[in-house]
Amino acid sequence: MLYREAGDYKTSYPADSQTFPIAFDRYRYWVVLAVAFLVIPFFVNDYIVNALLLPFLIYSIAAIGLNILTGYAGQVSLGTGGFMAVGAYACYKLMTAFPDVNILIHVVLAGGVTAAVGTAFGLPSLRIKGFYLAVATLAAQFFLVWLFNKVAWFYNYSASGQISAPERTVLGIAVTGPNTPAWASYLVCLVFVTICALIARNLTRGAMGRQWMAIRDMDIAAEIIGVNPLKAKLTAFAVSSFFVGVSGALFFAVYLGAVEVGEAFGINKSFLVLFMIIIGGLGSIFGAFAGAAFLVTLPVFLKLIGVDLLGWPTDLVAHLQLVVVGLLIMFFLVKEPHGLAHLWRLAKEKLRLWPFPH
Amino acid sequence: MSADFLYGIEVVINGLMAGVMYALVALGFVLIFKASGIFNFAQGVMALFAALTLVGIMEGQVPFAHLINATFGTEIHHFGWHVPALLAIFLTVGVMVVFAWAVQRFLFRHLVGQEPIILFMATIGLAYFLEGVGDLMWGSDIKTLALGLPQGGARWLEDATAGLGGEDFYGFFIDKLDIVATGVAIVLVAGLIAFSQYTKHGRAMRAVADDHQAALSVGISLNFIWILVWSLAGFVALVAGIMWGAKSGVQFSLSLIALKALPVLMLGGFTSIPGAIVGGLIIGVGEKLFEFLIGPMVGGATENWFAYVLALLFLVFRPQGLFGEKIIERV
Amino acid sequence: MKMKTLTTLALTSALTAGMAAADLVIPDLSYRTGPYAAGGTPFSDGYQDYFNLLNARDGGIGGEEVRIVECETGYNTEKGVECYEATKNEGALIYQPLSTGITYQLIPKATADEIPIHTMGYGRTSAANGEVFNWVFNYPANYWDAASVMVNYLLDENDGDLEGKTIALLFHNSAYGKEPIRTLEALSEDHGFEFTQIAVDHPGQEQKSQWLQIRRERPDYVLMWGWGVMNQVAIQEAANIGFPMENFIGNWWAGAEHDVTPAGPAADGYLSLNMNRVGDLPVFGEIESMVHEAGNAAGDGSNMGSVLYTRGMYAAMLAAEAIAKAQEIHSVSDITPAMMRDGMEALEITDARMNELGMAQIGPEFSVSCENHGGSGLGIVQQWNASEGSWTALTDYIAPEDALIDSLIIEDSTAFAAENNITPGCL
Repeated sequence: MLYREAGDYKTSYPADSQTFPIAFDRYRYWVVLAVAFLVIPFFVNDYIVNALLLPFLIYSIAAIGLNILTGYAGQVSLGTGGFMAVGAYACYKLMTAFPDVNILIHVVLAGGVTAAVGTAFGLPSLRIKGFYLAVATLAAQFFLVWLFNKVAWFYNYSASGQISAPERTVLGIAVTGPNTPAWASYLVCLVFVTICALIARNLTRGAMGRQWMAIRDMDIAAEIIGVNPLKAKLTAFAVSSFFVGVSGALFFAVYLGAVEVGEAFGINKSFLVLFMIIIGGLGSIFGAFAGAAFLVTLPVFLKLIGVDLLGWPTDLVAHLQLVVVGLLIMFFLVKEPHGLAHLWRLAKEKLRLWPFPH
Repeated sequence: MSADFLYGIEVVINGLMAGVMYALVALGFVLIFKASGIFNFAQGVMALFAALTLVGIMEGQVPFAHLINATFGTEIHHFGWHVPALLAIFLTVGVMVVFAWAVQRFLFRHLVGQEPIILFMATIGLAYFLEGVGDLMWGSDIKTLALGLPQGGARWLEDATAGLGGEDFYGFFIDKLDIVATGVAIVLVAGLIAFSQYTKHGRAMRAVADDHQAALSVGISLNFIWILVWSLAGFVALVAGIMWGAKSGVQFSLSLIALKALPVLMLGGFTSIPGAIVGGLIIGVGEKLFEFLIGPMVGGATENWFAYVLALLFLVFRPQGLFGEKIIERV
Repeated sequence: MKMKTLTTLALTSALTAGMAAADLVIPDLSYRTGPYAAGGTPFSDGYQDYFNLLNARDGGIGGEEVRIVECETGYNTEKGVECYEATKNEGALIYQPLSTGITYQLIPKATADEIPIHTMGYGRTSAANGEVFNWVFNYPANYWDAASVMVNYLLDENDGDLEGKTIALLFHNSAYGKEPIRTLEALSEDHGFEFTQIAVDHPGQEQKSQWLQIRRERPDYVLMWGWGVMNQVAIQEAANIGFPMENFIGNWWAGAEHDVTPAGPAADGYLSLNMNRVGDLPVFGEIESMVHEAGNAAGDGSNMGSVLYTRGMYAAMLAAEAIAKAQEIHSVSDITPAMMRDGMEALEITDARMNELGMAQIGPEFSVSCENHGGSGLGIVQQWNASEGSWTALTDYIAPEDALIDSLIIEDSTAFAAENNITPGCL
């Protein structure tokens, strides 16, 4: 009834090619943004921010980044953890070397450093394809973690080998360090998520995104119609790594505040982010959010039900969590094999016809 | 001969042995990938689950004891009997066959004809599920695998070769468990090859691996073949679980051995059994030699990443892996 | 409590636990799942059982019931953060984070929230300097003490002379594993032994290269900073190459029953450090009759008396004593986290008190002060007897070289203070 394009006339090209062509989508988008920016910050507490919102937002950025590489450009990567570590350590080095520069600039610069590293590790993609490419990114994963652990310069020669984020402020309000108010860290991450999603959405709709998708669908054919595979693949690696680097920097500076590379950015992180985009839906920005939400909030939700509500032993709940998450993944697949994003698309199709399906 | 040179040889021998251990894990991946195009992420967890089941059956543990006790307030842990090792192995294989059937019946039957990435995703779900069930069923403590496998260095070899390289050479060291593992691997691979070459089901299996549609059209039951392949992979997982578990005890970390198999797979090709073996050997020797020669200069603990760099070097020259099927690309 | 209630309400739109506000809340961030479950389960069992015993026997501490809030971390930092945020508003008195990663996480957070942390023989070593780390306590001993105790033990074995000996450190290649390196380097200069480092990458299932290297270089002693599966494999490999077990010493996180049992009889004679004695303590009988038989056991009751169970119970005892101290100082029974901190800072553990509690000699005597949050740093060396399946203490409590450790702690903690703009001082 509300959700349909009928009667929504476009009179100019810009209007026709806008991000959300359906009016209802547009309103929904603005409402979501308004709620996220203007309502939620007043209602959050430490628990909701630190246990749910921050990991959700930060993993969303990482998932968007990986989705650009894997979902849009078709290059499998298992180096996400390693690239997040680059972002985190770059941010740490910048924070401690230039304490007077705004932290937000450091986060962006950390993304830039990661983009450079990611591009270098993307070079083998010109020769190696498919699952086999994962080896190049896995080499990056293990090598980078080893490097950050081994070379003391990266952690400023501290005896513990851990890096911890000193307090930095934006407009006089702490955004890193222990004295950060919950809403401030939430808003910082939200700003980055919004900007990243916006950039990603528009990149994937533009010429660059089309080149990536051409390469993904069949790289030889793409080459024949004039897509430069070198440029397309390396830009995908660069852009993807930039996002992953930003998420790594936020993960370290805003969310955890102190990390050790092997524990925080190990191979498990790479798998986790990959699972997020597969479960959410490859080649979809919404899918990145859905996957991150699924894998971040579901375990917490199950824990709250099991431990706080039903009073079961915590270890049983933790095991059942795994069982339930596994079963849900398999169930969704059997019912809808293309990820949560496709479910969302189907729902929208249905909604267009509602309440008169014929 | 100088002692250093002999130690180099010792490192190579031990690298080969380690390679066999990696290959054991990689075999399970290859079996499933070849027959059904599924990259089975759950293979490592299957090794853990199989080993847990074996110990659980041998010790007469009550499955899901913790869950039952927490729900009903009972205090049961053990049946009070001990099952002999051989019988327990048979029973465990039975459990893995049932598991293979269930996976086929409830999961992959509904996903026939889907893209590889979706099948891969299904195995992610399977891995989560199995990890949770394994711990629920048998508990998360470290279990000792009392199969009576020989352990320790082969002293006779040490004594026989000591002094070859002068005072500083203490003789070659080989772990007896590794010798057993090598023997098992040889038997396993020979058995698998014989099975796939000379038996009816083996030939059917190869036909399915070549072309699903063609195999269906000559009357081969895909369903049966896939159950067979998953059962075989379950058996290989059990063997890998036993060999690795003998060293460390049966515990959660056993599921991480899959990480050791990844570079092997990529190097050897996902579709080749000999590839898994040769890949394992190359990775084993390569990483051990690098650690021996270069490791001390850069601070050691290089093995994890060097295995991947080595695989990467090979792949740059042969993008389909050493023994993988040649990639033919057409528009 | 309000925040948590809100969350639970928001997310499950149902029941909140109606708890009495006057409880002494002790969160237990346990890890009974994941790769390190075998170590986390007995510790948590011991920790909870002791508080349950206090509730059953004395009606709590100073007339206040103890309420344990267990939260499963799986040794994962992110889950640890979730657990911390979920429990801190319930009035948590003390955190025992039980993981290096979570500890580093919580040090700044808990300091800002003013809740004390007790990291018992793990975590950040330089937190022993209480003037910089007002809210962090790591008594009775830390990793640098452990390294020094090991060397002192070896000095003792070699009639005070380690000149020309080689000592290798086999360590988990992580922040935790690298902890003792600085201390051992300093000690090797002082005592003239040769010190080599051998790193094992996580998780440590494959250590062939490392043990071949040990076999080639034949160090006189191997010290181990291991964790998880690395311990079991290292002990098995040591047996394989025929390394004399009595020259192989693990630290106190590499010296529990489950570390040695997978290797079977081959592990006989393996040495490890411990910060608490194990053995048949009278308190176990009370726990058995008043907690386990009443059906309140935290686990399945099978871990009682094991190394890590005893350590968990010891940790609970130290916390309970600190609570009692805080109640005494502030003469209220329902204490706040800030009072708890005062209690910890004034804590004094004497042999007489340990006897009274039915845990004679479980730990060394020590006292805490504002300047020293690290306790005495004493440790014992224990040996595994495979045929009996038990650990026997080889030595009495050995003291570390305080002068050296203290200077290292001052160096590291002042660097931390400078980086984080902290002016050292007592609260």
